[in-house]
Amino acid sequence: MAATTTPALPTATADAMPKTVAGRVRRRLNTRAATVVSILIAVLWTVPTFGLFISSLRPEDAIKTTGWWTFFSDPKLTLENYNEVLFGQSASSGQLANYFVNSLVITIPSVLFPVAFAAMAAYALSWIRFRGREWVYIGIFALQIVPLQMALVPLLSFFSRGVSLGGLTLMPAWQLEDEQKFIQVWFAHTCFALPFAVFLLHNFVSQLPGELMEAARVDGASHPKIFRTIVLPLITPALASLTIFQFLWVWNDLLVALIFAGGGDETAPLTVRLAELAGTRGNEWQRLTSGAFVSIVIPLIVFLSLQRYFVRGLLTGSVKG
Amino acid sequence: MDFADISPKLTMLVYGLVAFAVVVGGLLLLLDVVPSYFARRRERQLIAVAAGEAPALPPGRMHKPREFGYAIFFLLPVVVLLLIGLVVPVVRTLVLSLKNGDGSEWVGLDNYGWMFSNGDILSVLWNSLLWVVLVPLVATSVGLIYAVLVDRARLEAVAKSLVFLPMAISFVGASIIWRFVYAYRGEEQDQIGLLNQIVVWLGGTPKQWLLDSPLNTLLLIVVMVWIQAGFAMVILSAAIKAVPGDIIEAARLDGVSAWQMFWRITLPSIRPALIVVIVAITVATMKIFDIVRTMTNGNYDTNVIALEMYNQAFRYQETGQGSALAVFLFILVIPIVIFQIRNLRRQREG
Repeated sequence: MAATTTPALPTATADAMPKTVAGRVRRRLNTRAATVVSILIAVLWTVPTFGLFISSLRPEDAIKTTGWWTFFSDPKLTLENYNEVLFGQSASSGQLANYFVNSLVITIPSVLFPVAFAAMAAYALSWIRFRGREWVYIGIFALQIVPLQMALVPLLSFFSRGVSLGGLTLMPAWQLEDEQKFIQVWFAHTCFALPFAVFLLHNFVSQLPGELMEAARVDGASHPKIFRTIVLPLITPALASLTIFQFLWVWNDLLVALIFAGGGDETAPLTVRLAELAGTRGNEWQRLTSGAFVSIVIPLIVFLSLQRYFVRGLLTGSVKG
Repeated sequence: MDFADISPKLTMLVYGLVAFAVVVGGLLLLLDVVPSYFARRRERQLIAVAAGEAPALPPGRMHKPREFGYAIFFLLPVVVLLLIGLVVPVVRTLVLSLKNGDGSEWVGLDNYGWMFSNGDILSVLWNSLLWVVLVPLVATSVGLIYAVLVDRARLEAVAKSLVFLPMAISFVGASIIWRFVYAYRGEEQDQIGLLNQIVVWLGGTPKQWLLDSPLNTLLLIVVMVWIQAGFAMVILSAAIKAVPGDIIEAARLDGVSAWQMFWRITLPSIRPALIVVIVAITVATMKIFDIVRTMTNGNYDTNVIALEMYNQAFRYQETGQGSALAVFLFILVIPIVIFQIRNLRRQREG
């Protein structure tokens, strides 16, 4: 993992001691200007989200008649929007609590399966010697870029009609109904996640020191034992970053959920429901703002608290690819 | 919401977790138990051979096949799932793209002909092209400029977090955020959308931003740039910090200006990271779907390939045409795949 963390290089010390007084002054002005501009941009980047958040806390008639920036001269706060969008009984309210549970039920297994399978595959592709290893890895690597769209139609028919070849039924249809549709969502998410997951973990696992493996083998440890007792503990940071990636990807996904979970309140996640609200009740801003924030809040918490792992994963996942 | 509604869901979740424990735990257990069983058997045989009770074993044949067996077990879940979930479907989609809407008859290349002759689809392709050119270009430039700026700024961590934050927000959430920014109220009313309010403050008249093409596509592109710039910034910022300090110091001693420093030193040093960022954003942009669907549902001339593919295949049940669009998307990324594999092989050799 040494190669994954970017070392803090001595640029800072070089910057700290410009040769002349004029240079030092210019440097300080430079820093101040850069600070001001970069904070301005950061604020600009945050304003849309901030406006949404403020609006979600304003009463309905206030949202619909005045801009959210008037909040500061005329502050009125309410949690009514959240109450309504989460637990409201009428069909026109969001009933998002239901969909929130769906999002959770979809996300947890869709994260666990690919992470576990990819860890095993990454170990095999790095430390078990067999013929064709290179080609298997390149194949999996290449699958990363295949657009999901290429797989959607056949995979859906695989679930709904089964597999038959020349009139011979190789596998019957799965006949999943209502809540059982979660299974096909998990399955689809797992398949689609694997190429990137294997690639990311392989980058970590293959950089573990070879002497460690060699020593363990000499001591008579089998591959499963090495995998469990040596490799897994060492790649925990990588597993953490992959878990965050996959969590964000599944929680925020719309396309896979639309196709494999359907639109009903038994299985559809928050994103599907929100997209539907935006389509049919595009001007009900009291629901859209609070609803959007309900769907955003969990990823935001995960992201802000685990940003370090996320960034590290991003750097190995992409810079080396 | 009452418990009766969620209990079947939680039951499914428990099933899922049990399945996970059984599959993964079972695989690892199997891998532990079976080889040690064989090892014991072989040991017993060796003892028997040593005692002269059995014929000698063929020497040295155990090692390689066993490694291969392990590899198969470790790779089994991934390979099977990838075959079922990606490889076979890709081939099936290629075949379906040569068939009619319900897959009952061969139609040759008709679906592709339809793609390039139908006026609506052509405008979809143009819009997609606009996306694929503009998003990587603008998002990467913004990310790069910001990475350079923030490198010299105080409060670097906070500023970076704020720009990076949209990465955590779903495309659907981001679309709602920006629809609110673009919201429109009649001229006599107070505006609730920030963009129109700014226009009013500047003395203009409010507009229905999402109705006029091609401005509406550009405004949707802004949303994608808003999300991706943070990604570009994080990677490029790490690359900038990794530029060796002695090179920078040497250049400074030579009296190089900041401008020259950027073009002659920084940019060439971060070229690999730059390529990675552009490739990643390009691939993500080609598949853009959620933003367009949530903001305009492809109306007012904002449609793109991925959304049209979804509509054809899943709304109009035209699987042939939908598949042809998917294949076209696939063909567009093939050069990128080849480029990436070449990079990968060079890296592994070097």
